[in-house]
Amino acid sequence: MVEQTDTGKRPDNESLNPDELMAKIWQCLSNVSDPEVPVLTVLDLGVVRKIVLKLDGAEFVSEIDDLSTSITSSPPKTPPEKISVLIQITPTYTGCPAMSMIATNIKLELIANGIKDVQVEEILSPAWTTDWMTESGKQKLKEYGIAPPQAKARVEKMLFDVSNVPCPQCNSKNTEMISEFGSTACKSLYRCLDCREPFDYFKCH
Amino acid sequence: MQEYLLHLADNALILGHRLSEWCGHGPALEIDMAMTNISLDLIGQARNLYAYAAELEGQGKTEDDLAYLRDVNGFRNVLLVEQPNGDFAQTIARSFFYDSYNYFYQKALCESHDKQLAAIAEKSLKEVAYHLRWSSEWAIRLGDGTEESKQKMQAAIDDLWSFRGELLTPAAYEIEAAKAGYGVNPLEIKEEVEKKLQEILLEATLDLPADGWMHSGGKTGRHSEHLGFILAEMQFLQRAYPDSTW
Ligand SMILES: [Zn+2]
Repeated sequence: MVEQTDTGKRPDNESLNPDELMAKIWQCLSNVSDPEVPVLTVLDLGVVRKIVLKLDGAEFVSEIDDLSTSITSSPPKTPPEKISVLIQITPTYTGCPAMSMIATNIKLELIANGIKDVQVEEILSPAWTTDWMTESGKQKLKEYGIAPPQAKARVEKMLFDVSNVPCPQCNSKNTEMISEFGSTACKSLYRCLDCREPFDYFKCH
Repeated sequence: MQEYLLHLADNALILGHRLSEWCGHGPALEIDMAMTNISLDLIGQARNLYAYAAELEGQGKTEDDLAYLRDVNGFRNVLLVEQPNGDFAQTIARSFFYDSYNYFYQKALCESHDKQLAAIAEKSLKEVAYHLRWSSEWAIRLGDGTEESKQKMQAAIDDLWSFRGELLTPAAYEIEAAKAGYGVNPLEIKEEVEKKLQEILLEATLDLPADGWMHSGGKTGRHSEHLGFILAEMQFLQRAYPDSTW
């Protein structure tokens, strides 16, 4: 075991280059979990879309589907005097009460890691979809007992689709929906007709 | 544009409030949760729209000011959404009439030339698709159910029928919104809405009521007495303790 209690050994944020600092921010975000489904991190869910890092006057951008850091203006003098971060998140559902808690938790996590000037901004478009959930996120959901979203999300499908959702306990496809809306808006309630267990299904969105 | 945004937001807020009144009173736990979830979606949509309206107004107001500090005649929602919950069949009929309209409306609004409005619609559409699926399935289940459920569902459809006309009759600000390219004239979606409605009623083995006299007025601020009672409850806290926060 490596001793990690001495926070003084952590390199100062000021001594990191922009790429390292960006990597550190993504690492911090991977510690922030969804308050409603705590096995998922905000990265598993796909609600974090973009990080804008400002070092003095220079801006660096990293997006979820392109993790390489791109620079939008001239590099800063090193070390930077002022570090600030803007994080764009997108709500899963418009009325999702977890969003303000997620924003707060992101700020707290970054502050705990020495990044104090943090802004979290909500964006609506493109609208969040379960297609953005990571494969490891889906696997974690299943292990947690929630059936992960089954297909590519399409609005027409939400209206008519009644495909069979496999049971997260025994994998049987012999299941039926009990209710369109479960404990939260993002889930439906199902039951397995083989092992008889009820389960939540994280529906396509 | 302000009045148009308020119309959209008020529809969502008032129906969301009505559905939230079912919380703890639903006929079964699952139905209770479904109605409160839908309510939450609608109130979230209203919030986005109010926030945008307040931003465009540019007078430093917030979404809360628009929701809590306007009087009855300032509201632009259709009369349908302020109708009382009644029995469960009436709640379903009201939601089904609204959802079958709202789904095609949000779909059309995704094409708005106004980027923020299009983004709000894109987000709302996914939620509204589930609302429509839910209320359609219940209309079918009750209509094509027992003798009693069929009779209640038919009575609810008949009772609320005269509130449908207002949905599909454009107000001046909707005509203007469509002309300017940021909004939708409900006449554009009328055909799809009617087709969906007839399809579901047929499957539910319910009779399509004859078109007759239709209510109007909500879109221009002339409301039924029900809205006053809704606002009295919803706005009480902000009126009694101005600017209070959590
Ligand atoms: Zn099973």
